[in-house]
Amino acid sequence: MRSRARKLVLLAMLALLVLVPPAAALLHQLFYVDLLRRVMIFGIAAVSLDLILGYGGMVSFGHAAYLGVGAYAVTVLAYYGIHDGLLQWAVAIGGSMLVALAIGAVSIRTSGIYFIMITLAFTQMLYYLGISLDVFGGDNGMRLPERSQFFGLINLNNGTEFYYLVLTILAAVVLLVQRLVESRFGMAIRAAKSNEARSRAIGFSPYPYKLAAFVISGGICGLAGALLVNHTAYLTPDFMQWTRSGEILFMVILGGVGTTAGPVLGAFTLLVLEDVLSGWTEHWQIILGPLLVLAVLFAKRGLAGLLPGGRGG
Amino acid sequence: MAEALLLARGLCKSFGALRASDNIDFDLLEGETHAVIGPNGAGKTTFIGQLSGDLHPDAGTIRFAGEDVTSLRAPARARRGFARSFQITSIYREFTALDNVALAVQARAGHSFRFWRRAREEDVLRDPARRVLEEVGLGARAGVLAANLAHGEQRQLEVAMALATGPRLLLLDEPVAGMGSDESQRMVEFLSRLKGRQSIILVEHDMDAVFSLADRISVLVYGRIIATGTPQEIRANADVRRAYLGDDVQLAWAHAERR
Ligand SMILES: Nc1ncnc2c1ncn2[C@@H]1O[C@H](COP(=O)(O)OP(=O)(O)OP(=O)(O)O)[C@@H](O)[C@H]1O
Ligand SMILES: [Mg+2]
Repeated sequence: MRSRARKLVLLAMLALLVLVPPAAALLHQLFYVDLLRRVMIFGIAAVSLDLILGYGGMVSFGHAAYLGVGAYAVTVLAYYGIHDGLLQWAVAIGGSMLVALAIGAVSIRTSGIYFIMITLAFTQMLYYLGISLDVFGGDNGMRLPERSQFFGLINLNNGTEFYYLVLTILAAVVLLVQRLVESRFGMAIRAAKSNEARSRAIGFSPYPYKLAAFVISGGICGLAGALLVNHTAYLTPDFMQWTRSGEILFMVILGGVGTTAGPVLGAFTLLVLEDVLSGWTEHWQIILGPLLVLAVLFAKRGLAGLLPGGRGG
Repeated sequence: MAEALLLARGLCKSFGALRASDNIDFDLLEGETHAVIGPNGAGKTTFIGQLSGDLHPDAGTIRFAGEDVTSLRAPARARRGFARSFQITSIYREFTALDNVALAVQARAGHSFRFWRRAREEDVLRDPARRVLEEVGLGARAGVLAANLAHGEQRQLEVAMALATGPRLLLLDEPVAGMGSDESQRMVEFLSRLKGRQSIILVEHDMDAVFSLADRISVLVYGRIIATGTPQEIRANADVRRAYLGDDVQLAWAHAERR
């Protein structure tokens, strides 16, 4: 029944998210559409990280790299006059997967702190590469010339349409990751996380499965990057800053490691708190920090663990 | 005569100055149960590790079913039919007993790059897994989290996982270690049912188990095999007795002999 309860919670979350734009319009608070869209974009990034962290035991401290690659792919193509969203996003996903393949090929041979450091180091390299690209604004970044276009079918300049597109993608990503982790592939990476020696002894070579998971995760996060730059309409190397990687990691831990949809709750909590607190005081980080520490201490399986059905694997 | 199923020649493995395997020659015939005994720290687990591919020997070769497998790592050897149980129980603790065995079936069923279908709903994985669980006597415990099984059950589960890969060679490192006498008796009975059908290399301190299961016994002391022979020959071997002198095993031995 656990999985049934979980399904209901997920559907309730989905229904709430569907209702955000009409509710915001009713209350004349359109800014919430913006905020929740940002939450969902980071939710996608966090879900992608949970795939490798929660199920593969790979603590990537460099997931911002793929946000960056996705965002740069869209902006660079737009800069050269290519505005076709399908092409842009395909390049964003494909590019991120390639970068993930390179980073994963090296980092997955290591584990623990080395894995963390290598993913961080690669991301820093990309960050400095972004800063040094003067054509695309270097340190300051640049405005996205035009948002991605989809043959006039969906208009990303319309906040509500863009919102529902992001929501659809988020739902699809959550569904995809849920299926993935229960498939043979998912069982193989979860087994390797649980006991690598046992996996090797029954004939699993963990490496190719972990690498594939890492690449899939990077691709999903790259898509989040493409969405993010359309959301901000402005590209900066800051997308790839290490604090960004830390935030995504935190969203996963706060929301619940290995809970698939939990990280969306983490993204919601972190970004909404940030927004509310920064409205009260400029020293909001001093309040946010301890709150988050408390949340992690008292909700061992994250926020998702507090919900009915949230403990389900 | 056909070549033995497994042939190890001149295996050497040192940890620093310690020679854990010292020029070991060893073979196993198809269908044979070949036990390896020896005092604590003799190098039994190190030897098994080199056979399974978890450890790489410093020198020597290992042939399996006519193929040189010395350079193959553990997963590749597993796919050729090696299956191992560890001295310290090694299972997927966060998964149910059935999941554990189903994973072993899956590992043997070709690559796992299948991304959509739920593995827990695949009868081709679950049915054989259930059968093996029944076989080892864990049928009623299929849905229990492996971490929550009793110690003896966990050891049974590990053997079930090894069997579920459909092995040509079972490497068992002290399968009854830490078991109560009832449990260990059941395990020995179970292993005796495999005898003849399954090629087994058995490391065990329990002399009752060894003498009732083994077709041949090799005695490993300080990394060297000092004797190989039938249980009767090993019992009568003076070197072996001397090597064990003063050891607890001497007692256990005398005990086993009296039966
Ligand atoms: N990875 C290692 N590094 C260093 N020394 C090791 C290592 N593994 C084993 N040894 C040493 O090698 C020797 C043989 O160990 P091994 O575990 O093979 O013995 P064993 O016969 O299985 O003993 P037991 O009956 O206690 O299980 C021991 O002295 C042990 O301390
Ligand atoms: Mg040992």
